[in-house]
Amino acid sequence: MTSFLLRRLLQMFITLIGISIISWVIITTAPGGPISLTMDPKISPKIIEQMMKNYDLDKPVYQQYFLWIKKLFTGKLFSFKDGRPVLEKIWERIGNTLLLNLVATIIIFSLAIPLGVFSARKQYSMMDRLTTFGVFLGLSIPGFWLAYLIILGTVELFGYPVLGMRSFVTEGFGTTEIILDRIWHLLLPALIMAIHGMAGLSRYTRSSMLEVIRQDYIRTAKAKGVPEETVYYRHGLRNALLPIITLFGFLIPGLIGGSIIMESVFAWPGIGRLAYQAVLARDYPVVMTINTITAVLVLLGNFIADLLYGVVDPRIRYG
Amino acid sequence: MHRNDKLLFSAKLMKIKTLLFIPPVLFLIVLGVNLLFVSHRSPQRVNQLIMSSIGDASFLNPILAQDSASSDINSFVFNGLIKYDRDLQGFVGELAESWKVKEGEKPEITFFLRKGVLWHDGKEFTAEDVKFTYDKIMDEKTNTVRRSDYELVEKAEVLDPYTFRVIYKQPFSPGLQTWGMGIIPKHLLEKEDINTTSFNRRPVGTGPFRFVEWVTDEKIVVEANPTYFQGRPHLDRIIYRIIPEVSLSEMELLTKGVDSYGVSPHQFRRMSEIDFLKIYSQPALGYTYIGYNLKNTLFQDRRVRQAFTHAINREEIVQYVLYGYGAVISGPFPSHLWYYNANVKPFPYDPQKARALMAEAGWKDTDGDGVLDKDGQPFRFKLITNSGNDVRRDVGVLVQRQLRELGVDVTFEVYEWSVFLKNFINAKHFDACILGWGLSPDPDDYQIWHSSQIERGFNFVSYKNPEVDRLWEEGRREYDQEKRKKIYWRIHELMAEDQPYTFLFSPIGMSALQNKFVLVENGPSGQKIYRPIKMEKAGLMYDLIDWYVPGETVMEK
Repeated sequence: MTSFLLRRLLQMFITLIGISIISWVIITTAPGGPISLTMDPKISPKIIEQMMKNYDLDKPVYQQYFLWIKKLFTGKLFSFKDGRPVLEKIWERIGNTLLLNLVATIIIFSLAIPLGVFSARKQYSMMDRLTTFGVFLGLSIPGFWLAYLIILGTVELFGYPVLGMRSFVTEGFGTTEIILDRIWHLLLPALIMAIHGMAGLSRYTRSSMLEVIRQDYIRTAKAKGVPEETVYYRHGLRNALLPIITLFGFLIPGLIGGSIIMESVFAWPGIGRLAYQAVLARDYPVVMTINTITAVLVLLGNFIADLLYGVVDPRIRYG
Repeated sequence: MHRNDKLLFSAKLMKIKTLLFIPPVLFLIVLGVNLLFVSHRSPQRVNQLIMSSIGDASFLNPILAQDSASSDINSFVFNGLIKYDRDLQGFVGELAESWKVKEGEKPEITFFLRKGVLWHDGKEFTAEDVKFTYDKIMDEKTNTVRRSDYELVEKAEVLDPYTFRVIYKQPFSPGLQTWGMGIIPKHLLEKEDINTTSFNRRPVGTGPFRFVEWVTDEKIVVEANPTYFQGRPHLDRIIYRIIPEVSLSEMELLTKGVDSYGVSPHQFRRMSEIDFLKIYSQPALGYTYIGYNLKNTLFQDRRVRQAFTHAINREEIVQYVLYGYGAVISGPFPSHLWYYNANVKPFPYDPQKARALMAEAGWKDTDGDGVLDKDGQPFRFKLITNSGNDVRRDVGVLVQRQLRELGVDVTFEVYEWSVFLKNFINAKHFDACILGWGLSPDPDDYQIWHSSQIERGFNFVSYKNPEVDRLWEEGRREYDQEKRKKIYWRIHELMAEDQPYTFLFSPIGMSALQNKFVLVENGPSGQKIYRPIKMEKAGLMYDLIDWYVPGETVMEK
């Protein structure tokens, strides 16, 4: 077990270095740069050169890479855009993204699993077809378009602000109103993300459930005279949910990595928007750091998923 | 025993089943309560202004800021020594009560500063702060592009706490406007690294509004400065929201989550029908053009460029692309300012004349394929622009068709901004491009047009006319506005003849503002007098400190 852990960690470390080098090369060779993007006749080329030097952009690409690592670990890494420490910029948004994604994930899990079980039990019934149609519709409608429609609809219906994390004219609001207002602003984007994300999980639950209820032990239970309900919910569902546990491994990067589209459409100040803006502005320190953090989370998620396999399925051994 | 087992069974069963169905029900309840809440909200009337911007600010420090969001906030929090007057013609004092320009080979500007102006933290503002601001800008370690503005300054010195003098190396009249730069406090920044100091997120200025808070990518809040030297602003606070999508800030405008909004031409009609909004409009400080690469032999003949301008129906472009909200221009200046020569009329749309000019230049359709040719070569070129700008894209499509009618084969391509700049514009590797300039109120566009700026400046079309060169040089040496006007009017005439660009139009900028805002003034006997807000050449918010939301709106007749 220990040697497995060590081997996996070493692998992860090497992969991480590889990822960071490749992304560094891609980012720095992309056309444009953090300073040359402006077209202001009042700025002389001499000044641009001086600023490139201040940002170490005149150095060779490999030196810049090592400088980035050094600055990252000594806490001296500053964004080109606003001169703030990169880690501080990322940290202040993680909470926002986490909140939105957590709520969306909770909605997904709490709605998709019952839906999947229901579909499996009533396979090929009218309701099964309807839910299948529904979740695929949700999956195929572009999220931003749906978001626009819902925003338009709610604005027409209620005339209440929907964008951002809270309302801006809150004079005369009590604590309850402020909390309700926050929930309202959270619910809409989370709901739309959930509509999009539900298809996968509900389909997964359905097929897993269908597979399980065809097993011999289910037939045995039925033959013994165990009530239908008990067969499905006690014996069936528990086993059907086993493979879904491994999905939690993928949740980790999913929760932190923001959604560019939803965060932009709902003016939600999260990681996705930060990354997107940083790419547009060629803010190398921010782009690289977010890239690396995401890479670490993906690797970590995979690692945890691997371990979980062993936990839920005793047949798997690590040697 | 058997019965018990069954009971236990069904109890567990209940648990799983309820567990499964509690969350959806809970979710629906929360949704329901919320819908109830949002549909029963009473409207508010608060003495504040909520603005919105697509991008977040970067530096709340006037010497570092480059983006419009930062500049907006900085204009609330900081003051310059002087600022443009409401017609963008001359200057009025801000932190400087008055100033004196001594002309000569080495001109001197002496600023006499206002006494008793306080920083938001209570310290007094003096000439030392001005000197400090200047020194910081000139420091090579400071990541500021503003240094270019002061390259011709020889010396800046403090004569006494309320007098500040600048000496220039040579006459440079556009230099005056650079003293509108926001002044930063020496006592707070002396020991800080200006590029990364936390001051850049918690600014302290002398301006009409004090900084309150900045929630990243969400909002920036400023409140009235009670000790402002021109009197406390009438608004209590300004909230500056970040909404990354323009169409979404329209939604917020409708729910009154935002009070002002930049209206696009296609939205004008819809917006003007909303009863709680008022729409203001004015030509923008800038223009859109087609630039011809004059290094390319195709465009070296002036007649070809003139023919193109005659063949391009600019009125139609403004009609179709900007829904009529643009002004066709005849030269390199925006049409509503003092240096625009109104005597120079834009070339009319005249396909006949265009064809004649092309023929004069030797371009005729000899092989009957519909494309003009000369020495066996067809007139074929590539027109490019940057992606993400719908107006330029639409202009390109129209121009392509209109030139096609003249017998010129145009391919039109769109590139991502950084690729566009690096591989085409800066490399001078293009035939013709559609671009726009956003300009400052001073007419000195030396960097765009002087032939010394071909190599490394912004004259990427490689325009060179010795007389025009001389006039640009003269214009920036002249301090007298009447004389400057003559010079720029002449430049305008010459360049309209040369047509290094086809000057297309100045777009008309429009903003919507909730009509609850008025200008307030204290009348002689203490009563409040309300006047409607007016669009000035210097912008809608020129009189911001007098804006007010009255409890009940009574407008002065």
